[in-house]
Amino acid sequence: MKFRLKVNGQARDLEGPEDLPLLWALRDGLDLKGTKFGCGIAQCGACTVLIDGVARRSCVTPVAAVGSAAITTIEGLSREGTHPLQRAWEELDVPQCGFCQTGQIMSAAALLSRTPHPTDAEIDAAMGGNLCRCATYLRIRRAIHRAAELGKTNAASATGSGR
Amino acid sequence: MSELSRRAFLRASAVAGGGLLLSSSWEPLEAAEPSGAAGRARDPALSAFVRIHPDGTVTIAAKNPEIGQGVKTMLPMLIADELDVEWKRVQVEQVPLDTTRFKDQWAGGSTATPINWLPMRQVGAAARSMLVTAAAQKWKVPADECQTSKGKVLHKKTGRALSYGALATAAAAVPPPELASLKLKDPSEFTIIGTPVPGVDNHAIVTGKPIFGIDVTVPGMRHATFVKCPVFAGKVKSANLDEIRAMPGVFKAFVVEGGTDLQGLLGGVAIVADSVWQALTARRALKVIWDEGATASQGTTVFDARAAELAKQPPHKSLRSDGDARAALTKAAKVVTAEYAYPFLAHAPLEPQNCTARYDAGKLEIWAPTQTPQDGRELVARTLGLQEEVITIHLIRAGGGFGRRLYNDSMVEAAWIARQAGVPVKLLWTREDDFQHDLYRPGGYHFFSAGLDAGGTLTSFRDHFVTFGTTEKFAASAAMSETEFPARFVPNVALEASVMPLGVPTGALRAPRSNAICFAFQSFLDELAHAAGKDPLEFRRALLSRPPLQAAPPAGGAPAPGLDPERMLGVLELVAQKSDWGKQRLPRGTGMGVAFYFSHRGHFAEVARLAVSEKGELRVEKIWVAADIGSTIVNPSMAENQVQGAVLDGLSEALGQEITIERGRTVQSNFNDYPLLDIHQSVPVEVHFRKTSFPPTGLGEPALPPVIPAVCNAIFAATGKRVRSLPLSKHDLSWS
Repeated sequence: MKFRLKVNGQARDLEGPEDLPLLWALRDGLDLKGTKFGCGIAQCGACTVLIDGVARRSCVTPVAAVGSAAITTIEGLSREGTHPLQRAWEELDVPQCGFCQTGQIMSAAALLSRTPHPTDAEIDAAMGGNLCRCATYLRIRRAIHRAAELGKTNAASATGSGR
Repeated sequence: MSELSRRAFLRASAVAGGGLLLSSSWEPLEAAEPSGAAGRARDPALSAFVRIHPDGTVTIAAKNPEIGQGVKTMLPMLIADELDVEWKRVQVEQVPLDTTRFKDQWAGGSTATPINWLPMRQVGAAARSMLVTAAAQKWKVPADECQTSKGKVLHKKTGRALSYGALATAAAAVPPPELASLKLKDPSEFTIIGTPVPGVDNHAIVTGKPIFGIDVTVPGMRHATFVKCPVFAGKVKSANLDEIRAMPGVFKAFVVEGGTDLQGLLGGVAIVADSVWQALTARRALKVIWDEGATASQGTTVFDARAAELAKQPPHKSLRSDGDARAALTKAAKVVTAEYAYPFLAHAPLEPQNCTARYDAGKLEIWAPTQTPQDGRELVARTLGLQEEVITIHLIRAGGGFGRRLYNDSMVEAAWIARQAGVPVKLLWTREDDFQHDLYRPGGYHFFSAGLDAGGTLTSFRDHFVTFGTTEKFAASAAMSETEFPARFVPNVALEASVMPLGVPTGALRAPRSNAICFAFQSFLDELAHAAGKDPLEFRRALLSRPPLQAAPPAGGAPAPGLDPERMLGVLELVAQKSDWGKQRLPRGTGMGVAFYFSHRGHFAEVARLAVSEKGELRVEKIWVAADIGSTIVNPSMAENQVQGAVLDGLSEALGQEITIERGRTVQSNFNDYPLLDIHQSVPVEVHFRKTSFPPTGLGEPALPPVIPAVCNAIFAATGKRVRSLPLSKHDLSWS
């Protein structure tokens, strides 16, 4: 099948079987490797992307079901890698191995877009499906608060919904 | 001991007492040659590690595998500080496996800091010395009149200064100095060591750059999946390969015979396709008839039953005997007995096992997220019948290690499949492969008995440890140290072991052995404290305050292992103080527990505070950590991150993790039946370092073990229920 996807603000064409998960369309088809494979059954969150601004697990989202919805991956979150979440993540030195962090950041981006100043409980509720095997959760929580602060002084949209 | 663990042990033994160092055969400066050094190739190299660019920026080689422990940042920090450059002028470059130039290039045992603390500083100091010599020659002044600061050589008398960039070409011609002759900085002069330095790959990580093994792409590459027998080391009898070969995108499908080494290449079916999804789709249609082999008769319930039988029989072997533990037990005023057990565990790094390989014209090139590239090269050479010289290994950032990537099974599989398929392949395991073909932390059973005198002093201690392996050789990571505390601090001690055979692969999981044995020993010690009517922290303090028996030095002249009571008392005092131990009146259902442990050269004491509802719902509230890893915390930011991560990792293991085996296969298959701790359960972890005069040691592992018994001991304090097996999810903690 042929698909036309709207990824990070651009129309992208690719071919694949009907059941092709968005994860593999992004990684293999479009060479967007920032979205990670961790479990394949929506249990770890490493493959999180935004679809029309909502955090989705791309490993269980068939590309055929996406239609014309706007997909944002980590590569499209900001032009220069300066989204408040990315800045906060660097400032607080969040990563250990780093493998889950793009998925964490995408879930956090969806959270901040609807809740610009979340409480700890709101953070935990939004981030509960994103596993970090290194358990950097304490810094993730702090970094989301920090990004909320940075976002106050930064007019940049919290979703960066596709460029 | 396997070849891998034996060598790892020898390496670790060499540093166990802090008496490490470069073997005389390795002189990193002699290995300097422009083609081998890091960075823009035409700029001057001062050694294999350091290249100085005309603009004064510096490229420093990162030699060890980065698995999330921060070593790619930490080792270059050591070099940069002694080189005396500003960190913002440093670019770090991962170098491939080249043990001639870079010597030890592996990640394991929390060894990078103790092994490299002096040599990497010497590498930096040597480059600095060459720059100083070059400046002194230019100015015709004695070198000892020159100083350095922030990437410049200064001659204060004459007010002259030259940047490293301007001196680099001349410095590259200076003969490298004797490493031993170099004067290193006094710690008060450090400008980078001891400051929080963010990970050098952080920007690439948060922007989704393709830096992990799973992201590697090489021209003409195809995607492989490898289906092994669900029963460990089973073989393929037959498979519907013709049907698979006809599926869309499938390039090759073939049987790999495989061997019997559980850490090596096992039998299975390889499918090589144009895309990952085509490979996985074909895999779903694959039908294999297996020869399951002998391990099909093994399982968790079989092990449990056998352990109970063995406990009633005389132990197979003695690990340690001081005094007469059995006789002393008969004379004790009070005897306490208890049985402890813990399950098999998986590593489950979030990046599934993967490796990319290209075999072309007799040469093999490998891109691997591995902890042990050198062992991997040996395994691949041995299995494929190649000379090591034809194998190149690129060290690729790994999405977590935890000991899983000490074993290079995915590397040897990728190499084999690439050669047979005749195209470059990236082999990617599914999460199910990762869970069902791990080298697990082995389960184990401890049958304790101990005697207290009328005053509540511990006089005898016995453990009959039932574990896996043969009487000649324990299974990997299934052994116990003969210095296990309270051995050496009690006059009558018997540490004994019995074994049962195991066909399930086992291996080192973060803080191997310690992550299990600490739970059993520090929980049972807590029972003894309560039986003695003493505060659990006081009871431990009293034990540590006894004059220890000298630990028997192991063969080979290595320093005797075992904890240093003064250092352990130091962290115990610190954690007591920080957690307000014994000073709070806690409501019923709330409790505090303490535990300590010595592993990987680190002394750690930890306290947990938690609440258990009457219905039995556990809510951990806070963990305090006091650590002694020596004089210097090289990178305080990653240090805190590692300790917090290790503690939460231990909590994650204790709360709900268990691998069970049925008919020789692993039951669990993904994160839905093997829960990882999530952000909801991430409680505050307060970290305190007690700096002592000892050389700095590593942090990847030693923070993990004590949290598990600290939590279990706190559960007892809160509820009166003693947890003697893991995970906690299998226990009813309700109380009334």
